[in-house]
Amino acid sequence: MSEDIIRLTAAEIAAKIQAKEVSAVEVAQAHLDRIAAVDPAVNAFLHVSTQSALAAAKAVDEDVAAGRTPASPLAGVPLALKDVVTMQGAPTTVGSKMLEHWQPPYDATITTRMLEAGIVILGKTNMDEFAMGSSTENSAYGPTHNPWDLGRVPGGSGGGSSAALAAYEAPLAIGTDTGGSIRQPAAVTGTVGVKPTYGGVSRYGLVAFSSSLDQAGPCARTVMDAALLHEVIGGHDHLDATSINEPVPSVVQAVREGALGDLRGVRIGVVREFSGDGYDAGVMLSFNEAVEQLRTLGAEIVEVSCPHFRYALSAYYLIAPSECSSNLARFDAMRYGLRVGDDGERSAEEVMSLTREAGFGAEVKRRIIIGTYALSSGYYDAYYGSAQKVRTLIKRDFAAAFENVDVLVSPTTPTTAFEIGSRTDNPMAMYLADLCTIPASMAGTPAMSVPSRLSGTDGLPVGLQIMAPALEETRMYRVAAAYEVARNEADGGPLIHRVPELEVAG
Amino acid sequence: MTDLMDYDEVLENYDPVLGLEVHVELSTHTKMFCGCPVAFGAEPNTQVCPTCLGLPGSLPVVNETGVESAIRIGLALNCEIAEWCRFARKNYFYPDMPKNFQTSQYDEPIAFNGWLDVELEDGSTVRVEIERAHMEEDTGKSLHVGGSTGRIHGADFSLLDYNRAGVPLIEIVTKPITGTRERAPEVARAYVTALRDLLRALEVSDVRMDQGSLRCDANVSLMPRGTTEFGTRTETKNVNSLRSVERAVRYEMTRQAAVLASGGTIRQETRHFDESTGSTSAGRAKETSEDYRYFPEPDLVPIAPSRQWVEDLRSTLPEMPSARRKRIQAEWNLSDLELRDLLNLGAVDVIAATVAEGASPAEARAWWVSHLAQEANSRGVELDELPISPRAVADVIKLVADGLLTNKLARSVVEGVLAGEGSPAEVVEQRGLKVVSDESALTAAVDEALAAQPDVLEKIRSGKVQAAGAIVGAVMKATKGQADAKRVRELILERSGV
Amino acid sequence: MPTISRAEVAHLAKLARLAVTDQELDKFAGQLDVILEAVAKVTEVAAEDVPPTSHAVPLTNVFREDVVRPGLTQQQALAGAPAAEDGRFRVPRILGEEQ
Ligand SMILES: [Mg+2]
Ligand SMILES: [Zn+2]
Repeated sequence: MSEDIIRLTAAEIAAKIQAKEVSAVEVAQAHLDRIAAVDPAVNAFLHVSTQSALAAAKAVDEDVAAGRTPASPLAGVPLALKDVVTMQGAPTTVGSKMLEHWQPPYDATITTRMLEAGIVILGKTNMDEFAMGSSTENSAYGPTHNPWDLGRVPGGSGGGSSAALAAYEAPLAIGTDTGGSIRQPAAVTGTVGVKPTYGGVSRYGLVAFSSSLDQAGPCARTVMDAALLHEVIGGHDHLDATSINEPVPSVVQAVREGALGDLRGVRIGVVREFSGDGYDAGVMLSFNEAVEQLRTLGAEIVEVSCPHFRYALSAYYLIAPSECSSNLARFDAMRYGLRVGDDGERSAEEVMSLTREAGFGAEVKRRIIIGTYALSSGYYDAYYGSAQKVRTLIKRDFAAAFENVDVLVSPTTPTTAFEIGSRTDNPMAMYLADLCTIPASMAGTPAMSVPSRLSGTDGLPVGLQIMAPALEETRMYRVAAAYEVARNEADGGPLIHRVPELEVAG
Repeated sequence: MTDLMDYDEVLENYDPVLGLEVHVELSTHTKMFCGCPVAFGAEPNTQVCPTCLGLPGSLPVVNETGVESAIRIGLALNCEIAEWCRFARKNYFYPDMPKNFQTSQYDEPIAFNGWLDVELEDGSTVRVEIERAHMEEDTGKSLHVGGSTGRIHGADFSLLDYNRAGVPLIEIVTKPITGTRERAPEVARAYVTALRDLLRALEVSDVRMDQGSLRCDANVSLMPRGTTEFGTRTETKNVNSLRSVERAVRYEMTRQAAVLASGGTIRQETRHFDESTGSTSAGRAKETSEDYRYFPEPDLVPIAPSRQWVEDLRSTLPEMPSARRKRIQAEWNLSDLELRDLLNLGAVDVIAATVAEGASPAEARAWWVSHLAQEANSRGVELDELPISPRAVADVIKLVADGLLTNKLARSVVEGVLAGEGSPAEVVEQRGLKVVSDESALTAAVDEALAAQPDVLEKIRSGKVQAAGAIVGAVMKATKGQADAKRVRELILERSGV
Repeated sequence: MPTISRAEVAHLAKLARLAVTDQELDKFAGQLDVILEAVAKVTEVAAEDVPPTSHAVPLTNVFREDVVRPGLTQQQALAGAPAAEDGRFRVPRILGEEQ
């Protein structure tokens, strides 16, 4: 039984719970058992909240027994929460030694919304320290392993969430995306990841990396599950001044429409700049096949050029470090978190420096130093200033492109999952993983990754990125749903069913 | 011992240039970026939340009343109000600052290019140009324990309370103030005084320098007489009273002059004012040059005050202290000198209040500037600190006007009120101070006095009416002064058959 | 675009309160040089007439009402503190002056 439960989609689980075919507690227990069995090999979870998860599940069962209308279409569905999001009763480490035992005294807005929706939060997932990375190797708590090949990375920074989905440890997960940390992990694990419009989901309770780029979003194994979660967490929040005061796009409805498989009248732009050097042949093959499938669904395919996208990566690696150098200044050993070297003699300043040196990993330090440099008075205009101008140019490229097309598509990331350790000594090579995802982050526009065909060259998952204009999530969900159906038919079932069986620890 | 130059000598050789930075804590209900209360003196760390503690994941949201106060202050200081402005992060590490950056405004202040006319003791006016007024947040408070306790140096450790962290601050910065010469210290004090009165009138802050809700940093530099290039300035902090502002500026002038005269150079530095010695001392020199790495606050969106909003706020501005003074001078028809005396006495408000209670300006003024001023003086308190209310003074004035009290009695009634014997009516009652208006008793007293002095009676009858004065005196004596002298005189003539 | 020296990295580390080791300095100096060279590309297209974008979504005038919201108790506030005393956060002696 429990073997079957964990392979169900979130929508199916919710339906079975309401139909009393299975209890929410059984569902939660099945996933907790799965975590116990496979996580020693995967290391997707930093903390498992067994007690609160079972309690939340029990509450849902009581609602069902009492015949109350479900709190949401996802009542009783388990979820893996990225450890960058605060939740009372569990530590929030952000993958850093700096916050190893920190227990937040408050819930993030999305945490509150999910709990109120009856979602069962299983625990906190591993990530690159402070969400800085594309492989989860920067976690202070060891790398997460990709269920498709335990020797490879699950992407990052949200590798714990993507791996948890691919390892059937949870049917839903929360990710946060600053330059691709939802989409790129989804792509390399054969799962679905959505970065909503900036401001579409509250950032209150997300430990900030780069405030003007950070955005939380839904992760799942199907487009519909992602849409269901999107509608739970989305919407205006008065605690986040950058939150957009508009109704949540009705993405679930859009998925239903898309699933009908008719994309006639939809214009889809293929971004010319996202190809060529650095793109795996297997990735491009999978991508081109996806484009052909979209064409057969009736969509009109046009090539578009976004000339400034080639500057996006450079601008990103100035803006994100600059903001992070300021956001991470608060970790100073005074009020919470790690404190090192307080011998009664040393000054606060010395203890700060020693603590930050000991508490931050290499990538975090690198970015703090770059950001400190880029914001320095002598260089501000040349670096941070110029990067913000590039941001304007990228927005203009998107605006021009969306004059002619409804959505844009590209590979989500230039390569499939790379081997653990293969890029750790070469930051620039690591940064290239976000080449295709960064433009949408810079423009604040929504984008998502859905699995396309496995790469012919290494048999690993490839992601199709779909990008839409701000607040037009319904467009990309519709296209994604249509593609998902067609892809699964052509491929003889969902890609995720091809993930190899994991060694189940005794 | 720092050597100082004689003040007159300073002025023979140098021209002072002032710059004043005033930080004022707004008296909003909540902090600038979170819903925590701002009350002064609460238990430590009981007015905090994730945002003002800078907890990971927390976010700021701007307090609308804070912005309104900033705009009203800007308007009152004759500033332009920005059509569009942003908050910026001022990055530097300090333990009393939870995020290790201060959310402030940098190159886009909400108000800029204004002025404030400042009146000096002699009635002359100096116009102080305002560079900018911008919004920011206050820091927490540190308690330095051990060593020479309280002082930061030699402390063993510090204890931090973040109740004040995030309290709304408006920073008001003047343009360089030149040409004030020997009056530089007086101008500095007068400016802060005028600003305090303005902010009080706006009811945006309780402007308590002793509680730190109004704080002044004084920038002072000297340039050799006749030259126009500013010298290196020092910034003196911890100036916690109006008097200190004046003393700090004067001290820096004499100190810097001595340094320059001896061929030395002034270090651009932060100095601390010491109330007890009236001197300033250098702070710990920073080994890393200050680079605050300002950038636009990404967690807050820009503020674009509509002109309509600005005009609505303009219409809420109260009468400005200077305008009020002009109005009062006209209404009470005072000479410049008289007005200045009232101002120096701090009597304007009490007199205005007394007039508001129905007294005539002339009588109200007479009471406050003479009898009560002496009283306050001998008690060493301000007029408004005397235990008598404008209402009580107005009551006394009325009793006199109604002929129920003579001026002499009125004074003893006031004494009674000051002695805490109650309201004027109660004092009159208890002390039995009432004009004898009982005609028969008065007539009897008059007849008695006339009978006692037949020669005077003769004089009156023979037309020497002024001789009645002697009788009046006798009657007043007999009635212990409680008679109405005017009435007594009438009766005397009456009974004398004149 | 100036390249970044080891000394400059040391200065930046000090500004950022990072007590980096000599080995790190060597490593970072090299890596940061490569990264900064790559990111300097932004200057190619950052023309005068291009306005900077500081916020992806153009909102203005987002305010809170001046109304008290419940915050944390003193105990909650101090719960995560490395050291606390008398309801306050206890920190090592502070040398620098307040700004
Ligand atoms: Mg300031
Ligand atoms: Zn607060």
